[in-house]
Parts: sequence; structure tokens; C-alpha cells
Amino acid sequence: MGQTFVEKVFSKKLGRAVRVGEIVEVIPDVAMSHDNTAPISLTFKEIGVDRVYKPDIHVIILDHATPAPTEQYALNHKMVREFVKKYGIPHFYDIHAGICHQVMAEEGFVLPGRIIVASDSHTTTYGAFGTFGAGIGRSEMAVILATGKIWFRIPESMKITLKGQLPKGIVSKDIILHIIGKLGADGASYKSVEFHGEAIGALSVDARMTIANMSIEMGAKNCFMEPDDKLLEWLKPRARVPFEVVKADPDATYETELVFDVSRLEPQVACPPDVDHVKPVSEVAGIKIDQAFLGSCVNGRLEDMAIAAELIRGKKVHPGVRCLVFPASMNIYRQALARGYLQTLVDAGAIIMNPGCGPCLGAHEGILAPGEVCISSSNRNFRGRMGSRDSEIYLGSPATVAASAVAGEIVDFRK
Amino acid sequence: MGIEGRVWKYGDNVNTDVIFPGKYTYTIHDPHEMAKHAMEDLDPDFAKNIRENDIVVAGRNFGCGSSREQAATCLKFAKVGAVVAKSFARIFFRNAINMGLALVQCPEAVDRIENGEAVKIDFEKGELTCKVGVFRFPPLPEFVLGIIQDGGLILHTKKKLAKLTEAQSKTG
Repeated sequence: MGQTFVEKVFSKKLGRAVRVGEIVEVIPDVAMSHDNTAPISLTFKEIGVDRVYKPDIHVIILDHATPAPTEQYALNHKMVREFVKKYGIPHFYDIHAGICHQVMAEEGFVLPGRIIVASDSHTTTYGAFGTFGAGIGRSEMAVILATGKIWFRIPESMKITLKGQLPKGIVSKDIILHIIGKLGADGASYKSVEFHGEAIGALSVDARMTIANMSIEMGAKNCFMEPDDKLLEWLKPRARVPFEVVKADPDATYETELVFDVSRLEPQVACPPDVDHVKPVSEVAGIKIDQAFLGSCVNGRLEDMAIAAELIRGKKVHPGVRCLVFPASMNIYRQALARGYLQTLVDAGAIIMNPGCGPCLGAHEGILAPGEVCISSSNRNFRGRMGSRDSEIYLGSPATVAASAVAGEIVDFRK
Repeated sequence: MGIEGRVWKYGDNVNTDVIFPGKYTYTIHDPHEMAKHAMEDLDPDFAKNIRENDIVVAGRNFGCGSSREQAATCLKFAKVGAVVAKSFARIFFRNAINMGLALVQCPEAVDRIENGEAVKIDFEKGELTCKVGVFRFPPLPEFVLGIIQDGGLILHTKKKLAKLTEAQSKTG
């Protein structure tokens, strides 16, 4: 009987066929943590071992509140740096590198067929590389530091086939928002979600990462997209070690199979306070905004900067709007600089910020006051997420964010 | 093993940001301090009025959103006896087990339980008793129960490591 991706990747790891529902223990190929390495290190100490089990499987990247906005955060970062030094963690990226998931990909840690865990929910992003990527908690990461091991229940799989050709200007963010709106915030709860079909193949690697990233917003455990030539080409200069592609068998059994046609999609917007509260932009156009946020691990890549720059070229950000731009990594920052995207955005009145998570999780760099509204290219619009519990966040594509920043209200960028 | 407590009832998709706001994730390390902010952006009265063994009852997908473990920690240290929901988001489910916070998945009961009523839960029997009657729920897998019974993942791991050291000292 054929196996799904997740069954196959765990079977390969364990050297025997696994079944859905089985609980297994594995040593992950890579385990990544970010600013939360500080509290993780305290839990690690509590376990009482005197060394990290396998320092070279760990990657630590500071991105959540960088540079430190307060003394408390500064202390946090200091603890992480000291931990890295003391226990000889070879892969450490300080505050200059960028958002952890982007850095993980650019630095060639995320490779087909690997099992990667990270103490961050958006670890599903790695599915775009044919990688098993799942978010875990802090205590679990502390235990991996101490023992190398983590348990998993082999999940059921859902197959989503995307067919058709995207209309001009419509991007992968619109696809995934549309799917989340249809399936709901728990529509793929606990599932390994596989994306197949011509519409995935047509997307760039950047754009695929957007869909994989947000699959957690419908509850997915992990995501999977089949590696193709486009991906292998992308990986060529980046992969740190040799890898073996793992694909689902053609006769694999899925719990659910769904087909979406992307050829008639409109720009999509997720309305507060839930990511699955999705409407076509025509239904929310006209809502006044105070802030426009372009960035985050879902939409802060080069392609996103290019889209925004193209739309905003020769125009001005509305005087009532703070337009904040966060390239997802220093590498993207440099390229966006070299290609003139950042110049265009600055000339229009946008503020270019440092690579990192920015205001996405409400820690710093663009917190919302009560009553304020933000249009955001990020992935969560929960109440209070970006500051006051009485502020509101609308999620859209980089094009929707850029056009709305100019208009001072949510608009359909095609008009 | 059982508990009895008052019900705090909420809806579907109670996310980790309203359970434990992001602005505190790197500023509060003390779990007792975390408890003071439990459910802050959903129900500001919760942390002030919660009593030991009170029970949170919610709809589908409880704990969706971030991987932040403090969402489980703050409820545990607010002395919540259990969370009863129609379903749980995956990472929250793991975090709760790892913190030793009891979870009950019982969709039938959720619709029938009223806010503020007293509910009794027997974890061993897998029984929840409320005003309208008794509901049964499936027990957790043995491996997972082992973690909860040891008092969470850290104590569970320490116990395992101690056994390993003991075995090694005998053979070596």
C-alpha cells in the first residue's frame, strides 16, 4: 500500500514502515529556536544534564524582538549568547540575520526529506521544500537539547490539489487566505497537508513558502509540496549537506482530498479577529487604516518587496498612514537595496525597518493604539496581536498592503 | 483522580494571543506572574476571579495560533483544573501535556454545559458530570498519560535520565 509523505519520511527515519496513529520517538535532523532559547535554556538547566546532546543539530536565530527594545529583552538576548558559547552550539545567528524561517531556508538547513522541529508555530513553512517541519513547545526543545529526542503521533494526511492559472496580480497569499476561509481555522487540524497540482508548480519558491507558512492557520501539523526542478535549482547554491527527496506514493491513502481552482480568485482579506474570517477585498474596501505593515515570515521576501515597490512607484504613502517595511532577512534587504525597491519605497514615504519579526507579535516596532487599524501582510490578526486589544488587523497580500498604504484605506489594488 | 470546579465558558478558536498576550512572552518568566495575565485579552475578569480547580470549557480548536507554551503554563499556574473543549489545536495540546495540564475532549458535553455551573471530572473513569447528566470521554494514549502522571515533560525526562544513569552505573 502506498504511503503519504509524512508516513514515508518517518518510515525512512526509523527504518521500518510506520502507521497513522502510531506514536514514535525520533532525533530530528534540525531543531531551531529563536529568542525563546532564553527560557528554554532555563528549562534545560532544570533537567540537570551538563552538556547538549547533539549541539550540531541545533540552530539558534534571534529575530522576535531585535534589536532589543527593552532591558528585559536585552537580558534575554544576552542569556542566549552565553548559552550558545557555553554549550558550543555551532549554528547561531545574531540579530543581523533576519526572520528565523527565512534564514533557515537561505542558509540551506531546510532540505527535502529532513525532519525539522522548531519552537515556533510557523515551522510548517518548511513544507515548501519537501521537508517535514512542525512547531513544538519550549519544554520539548529543552528536552531535545538534553536528550536529542521528541515524540510524534503519525498524523492523517489531507491532499489539496490546486488547479488553474492565477489571474494577473493575484498571488499565493490570496490562495492560502481563500483556502483557510473555506476550511476554517481548524479545517486541517492535526493533519499533514500536502499541496499538489499545476498551480503549485507554477509558483516561485518564495510564493510556495507563503502557502506552507500559513497552513498552520488552519491547524496543520506540517505541510508538504513535492520538490521539483525549480526547487532543486533554488537549493543548489544553498544546501549544506546532500539530501534525498521523499515524495508521497501515487497510491497513498488520504483522509481527505480537496480540489481548489485558483483561476477566478480575487484579492482576499482576512478580517479581525480571526484568520479564517476571509472576504474578497471588494467587501472590505473603504475601511480606513492607520498602519500598513509589509513583512513577516509569510510575506517579507524579495518578490513581495518587488510587488510593493512596483505598485507604489511614483506615488506617496497616504499622510495618515505609517507604512512599515521589514525585509525578512538581511540577504533580502541587500538584494532589495541593490534592485532599487527600497529606494522606491522610501521615496514614497515608507519606513524601512530592520530584518526581523517587527510588530507581528506585538513586541515592538509598530504597536497599535486602541481604535487603530492595520493592513498587514503578516499571518495573524488575533485580538491584541499587534498591541491594543481594541485595535484591528486585516491581512492581505503585499499588493493589497501597498495599494492600501497609498489610498489610506483598504482598496482593490487592481483598480 | 478527579476534580470539581466552576465553569468558565468560551467559544470556538480561543487563540494563544488572547490566552497569553504576545507582549508578555519575553518579559514574564515567572509562571505565577504569567497566571495573573491568563485569558487577559479574552476575559479580563478571569485571572482575578479564578479559583483552584475551576474548569475552562470551550468550543473547537482551543489554543490555536502560536507555539507559546505560556498559554498552557498560565492556565496551569492559575490553578485551572482542566480545559474541556470540542477540540484542541495541536501545539497547545502538546504544551498542555508537557505542563501537566489536564485536557478533556468531549464535544457532546460542551454544548450542554452552562457558564458558571459546577462540573465534576473523573479522569480515570473518563467521566464528566454536569447539571444535565454524565458524559464519557476517551482516555489519552498511554505514552501521553505517562508524561502527565510524572507531572509534565521535564519531570518525566528527569525520571527517564535517572533510570538510564542507574542502569549505566550497574553495567559499567
